[in-house]
Amino acid sequence: MSRGPSLQLDDAGRLRHFLTIDGLSRELLTEILDTSEGFAGVSERTVKKVPLCRGKIVANLFFENSTRTRTTFELAGKRLSADVLNLNITASSTSKGETLLDTLRNLEAMHVDMFVVRHAVSGAAHFIAKHAAPGVGVINAGDGRHAHPTQAMLDMFTIRRHKGEFTGLRVAIIGDILHSRVARSQILALNTLGVSEVRVIAPRTLLPIEARSLGVHIYHDMDEGIRDVDVVIMLRLQKERMQGAMLPSEHEYYRLFGLTEARLAAADSEAIVMHPGPINRGVEMASEVADGSRSVILQQVSYGIAVRMAVISIIIGTQNQQSQDNKG
Amino acid sequence: MQSKSFMNADAVESLVDEMAGKLWSLMNERGIQAPLLVGIRTGGVWLAEMLHQELGLEEPLGTLDISFYRDDFTRIGMNPEVHPSDLPVPVDDRHIVLIDDVLHTGRTMRAALNEIFDYGRPASVILACLVERKGRELPIQPDVVALHKEMKPGEHITLTGPEPLGLVIGTESNRESRNGESGAET
Repeated sequence: MSRGPSLQLDDAGRLRHFLTIDGLSRELLTEILDTSEGFAGVSERTVKKVPLCRGKIVANLFFENSTRTRTTFELAGKRLSADVLNLNITASSTSKGETLLDTLRNLEAMHVDMFVVRHAVSGAAHFIAKHAAPGVGVINAGDGRHAHPTQAMLDMFTIRRHKGEFTGLRVAIIGDILHSRVARSQILALNTLGVSEVRVIAPRTLLPIEARSLGVHIYHDMDEGIRDVDVVIMLRLQKERMQGAMLPSEHEYYRLFGLTEARLAAADSEAIVMHPGPINRGVEMASEVADGSRSVILQQVSYGIAVRMAVISIIIGTQNQQSQDNKG
Repeated sequence: MQSKSFMNADAVESLVDEMAGKLWSLMNERGIQAPLLVGIRTGGVWLAEMLHQELGLEEPLGTLDISFYRDDFTRIGMNPEVHPSDLPVPVDDRHIVLIDDVLHTGRTMRAALNEIFDYGRPASVILACLVERKGRELPIQPDVVALHKEMKPGEHITLTGPEPLGLVIGTESNRESRNGESGAET
């Protein structure tokens, strides 16, 4: 999708919306990671808050359920001293017949500075960014099967924290690639940041047809694919998005693609294990792996706050500058 | 921005010696024995490291990056080169020496003080600067200064380094360009 870049960058190449990793440079992704590093320390202080976005309003527009993403966005906004509104749209206006644009206009009339959007339809955040008033930034918190760029960035942050440089790394993404906006964003980010090899390991039925064009090596055999990798990223089996017979059974899936200690032994001895959550224990991975010493799954959640603080503040900064430029 | 050298490394080092001497006597006067040195990025950190050595302190020093506390964020956006602040020990009930290269408007110090107080409640804060110049916009004054410098409007004085250290004076033709280590807020 090429509609992202021009929409999400201003003329000076600054991030004004964050909709997709597609089209963003290595420098920009690195800047997000560096800024996140600065925010990571804030969580360890007595006062876990900085005054950067005081007086700004961030609205979480969640058209689809989410606990982790919404909560970490909420905390990120609050730690930046912004006022955060949580709107569970499915339960409010749309059920009364108000259109999406009317909802937006109403929130803009309340002087909201940023929308964080989660939607089941691909392209929803782009649509909102296109129609948002000048000065209002939009962050895509997951749209359909398309993209989940802040998740990808927190995963990149996790990898950099635990592995250092990206160059030279082999990363395997395992599981339900077909339904995963997370996997798409991760693959783009990993390739942009210059890892040596991205592998995807999945059954044929859970791999999109265009997978090969993403610049990855495809494996259908888990034991072969996981060999010597430095990072293992497990994906959630999105049962709610599956219709028909994509899988014989969860048991069968676990037997073929579930991550167990025995399978993990083929990876590099220093390999880390990641998962965007929520985990289906005993379906994608064994509990002993999820809770084991190589798992960084809970660190991912903590880092998610710092990364979202970075993205929110970079965008609010750009939007402020733009309105400043327009004034004079 | 055009810039010319104002002091070389030797001259800067003797200024730092002077700072150390003045700081030492102020600490004696106030009965402070083990202060926590905190340098403000970037120049302040270089100075803090030198003072830390000269004063023979054992405890590690702290570094502050005040990017998240700037009062011009709404005008100029996020500093793309932010580094984590690092205060290695709790600041509660500690005597802190806050160190920066140049004191000008006082806005950096306002930001730094706010940040320190988000870490805890220090017993006291001493402000030590290498260079002080006129132009304060806030009621902030240094406790220790090595050099008072008269500057023309539009001129900036900046510590360069870390190897070798030097002081340069620059004339900014366009005030909107804020890049470079001098920063907009000093």
